[in-house]
Amino acid sequence: MTQPPPPIASLNLDELATPPLSLAKMAWLRFRRHKMALVGMVILAFLVLYCIGGALIYSEKYANFNETSIHLQPPSLAHPFGTDTIGRDILARTIYGGQISLMIGLTAVLLELTIGIVVGALSGYFGGWLDNLLMRFTEAILIIPQIFLLLVMAKFFAGDIPDISFLGREFSGSVVVIVVIIGLTSWPYLARIVRAEFLSIKENEFILAARAIGTPTSEIIFLHILPNSIAPIVVSATLGIANAITLEAYISFLGLGVRPPTATWGNMLEGAYNYIESAYWMWLFPGLLILLIVLAINFIGDGLRDALDPRSRTV
Amino acid sequence: METHKLIEVKDLETQFHTPEGIVYAVNGISFFVHEGETLAVVGESGCGKSVTMLSFLRLIPTPPGEIVSGQALYREKDLLRISEDEMEHIRGKEIAMIFQDPMTSLNPVLTIGRQITEPLHTHLGLNKAEARDRAIKLLLDVGIPDAARRLNDYPHQFSGGMRQRVMIAMALACAPSLLIADEPTTALDVTIQAQIIELVAHIRQHMNMAVIWITHDLGVVAGMADRVMVMYAGFVVEEAHVEELYDNPRHPYTHALLSALPRVDRRRDSRLKSIPGAPPNLLVKPHGCPFAPRCEHTIERCGNENPPLQKVAPEHFAACWVDVRTGAPK
Repeated sequence: MTQPPPPIASLNLDELATPPLSLAKMAWLRFRRHKMALVGMVILAFLVLYCIGGALIYSEKYANFNETSIHLQPPSLAHPFGTDTIGRDILARTIYGGQISLMIGLTAVLLELTIGIVVGALSGYFGGWLDNLLMRFTEAILIIPQIFLLLVMAKFFAGDIPDISFLGREFSGSVVVIVVIIGLTSWPYLARIVRAEFLSIKENEFILAARAIGTPTSEIIFLHILPNSIAPIVVSATLGIANAITLEAYISFLGLGVRPPTATWGNMLEGAYNYIESAYWMWLFPGLLILLIVLAINFIGDGLRDALDPRSRTV
Repeated sequence: METHKLIEVKDLETQFHTPEGIVYAVNGISFFVHEGETLAVVGESGCGKSVTMLSFLRLIPTPPGEIVSGQALYREKDLLRISEDEMEHIRGKEIAMIFQDPMTSLNPVLTIGRQITEPLHTHLGLNKAEARDRAIKLLLDVGIPDAARRLNDYPHQFSGGMRQRVMIAMALACAPSLLIADEPTTALDVTIQAQIIELVAHIRQHMNMAVIWITHDLGVVAGMADRVMVMYAGFVVEEAHVEELYDNPRHPYTHALLSALPRVDRRRDSRLKSIPGAPPNLLVKPHGCPFAPRCEHTIERCGNENPPLQKVAPEHFAACWVDVRTGAPK
C-alpha cells in the first residue's frame, strides 16, 4: 500500500452525534411495548427465583425425605403445599422439581437447536441431493406423532439407568434420557424453519459479496447467514422450552419419564389422578406451576416474535 | 506499458439450466487483462457481462449454472481447474470484486468492522488488533472520516456512497492484483458516481492494480479504461483500445451504442437515438449473428453464420460480416 489518497468527501459530523440504535436495542424497545410479554418475563423471573431461591430454604434431602405417617396431609403451616402419598413435602419437591423441569426444558432445546440448525443449514445452503436426503428424513420423523415416538423411545431406553451426579447433585439418569428423546424428536420443525431462512438469505447479494472476498463456506453459513436468521430461531427456541417442559410432564405423567425420587413437575402429577377429589393439593401446585411457566414462556415468545420481526422497523 | 498478461480467459462457455430450457449466457468468449490495465466491459443488461466474471471466479450457483468449457489462466493457473480451497485463497486476496448495489452487498447484521477485517483474518492471518488498525487505514484511504468510530457501525447507518466506499475498502483489503467492478456506480447518483470513479482510478494508480470495469455507461469508459470489450448476447462483438473504439467503431452494435449517447453538442430538443428491438432471447441457441435482427447493415450471410472475432486493425477486433464504414460485405 502506498500513502492514502486525500478523502474525496467528508461526512457531516453532526450525523454521528446521535447514538446509533443497535438491532438488540430496537428489539428491546418493541418488546417493551408488548404488555403480556412483560408479564411473562415477570412470571418467569419469579419462577426461576422460586426454584433457585427455594433451594436455600429447603435441602434436597428434605424434599426426598419420606415419612409415611404424615402422608396425604392437606396444606398446613408445616407443609404449606401439603404432603404426597408417601409423606414428602410438596413445596420442597416443587422447588427441586422446578429446577429439573427448567433444566430439561433448556437442555432439550439446546439439543433441538443443534440438530435443527445443522440439518436446516446444510440442507438450505447446499441444496441438491443433500437437501433432498435431509428433508426426506426430516419429513419421515415429522409424520410419526411426536408423543408416540417419545413413548416408544422412553420405553426403549428404560433399562437400568444409573444415577448421575451433576453440579454436586445426584439425580436419576432418566433425566438425561428424557432430554435426549425430547431433543431428538423436536428438531424437525426447527430444521424446516432454518432451511427456509437459509434458502432465502443465501440469495442475497451480500452473500455473493462475502464469497467474492474469499470467505470460507463455514463462515458464510455460521457467521453470515445464521445471524440473519436468528429471529425465527430465537422465537422457536423460546417456545421449544415450554414445549419440552410440557412433553416431560406428559411422559412423566404416564410413568415413563423421570423416575422418583428425582422430582419434576411432571412426575409429581404421576399418580395424582387417583386423588383428584380427595387430595387436590397433590395436583394443584405442580399443575399450576406448569401452567404458569408454559403461559409465561409463550407470552415471551409472542413478544419476541413481534420484537424481532425484521419487517417492522418502527420503534 | 507492462504487457504481461495477468489473466487470460479462453473460450469460456456458461449455461444455466432452467425449467424453461437452457439459457446460453456466455458463448465461448476469450479476453485477457494485462497487469495494471483497465479493461471496460460494456453491453446491455443481460448480455453476459456479470456472468462472465462470476464464472471465472467460480461464483455462479451450480446448479442451475454450469461452466461448460473454457479456461481462465490467472498467472498460469487455470481457475476453472483448481480446488475450491485454492479458489478461496484467490478470491479476495488476488482477485476481488465489488458489486452493483451497495445497499444489498453488505451484511445488515454485522458491523462494518467485522466485515472489513474478515478478509484480513482469512487471507493475511492478522490478529484482531492488527486487522483493526489496517481496517481503519483502509477506511481512511477510501475517504471515510472518523474511521475508528465507524468500525462499530452497522451498514444501515451509512449512505449509499459511503457503503460503496466500504465495499471498495473490503475489496482492497488484501491489495489484490485484479479488481472486478460490476457496475459499481449504477445504483448511485451522478455526483457520487464521479467520486467513486475517481477513487478507484486513484487507488488503481497507487497500487498498480488491474481493473475490469463492467458498465453500461460509455461515458465512464472513455474516462478511465485502457481497452474496451463490447459484449452482446454472450459474445464479444468488438474489442479495441479506448480511443480506437470511439474513433473507429467497427461493429454495428458499438456504432449504435455510441450514437445512443446523449451529446452536449446536439440540439437540446432532438430525440435521443435508441437501438430498435430488444436483446435476443438467450433460451434459443444463437443461429447466425445474434445482432442481425436489430442491425442496419444485415446481409444474407448474417442470418446463417455467426461472424467470428476478426482483426480489423492493429489490436482491434470485431465480429461482423460487413464493413460498417461502407456497408459492403468484407
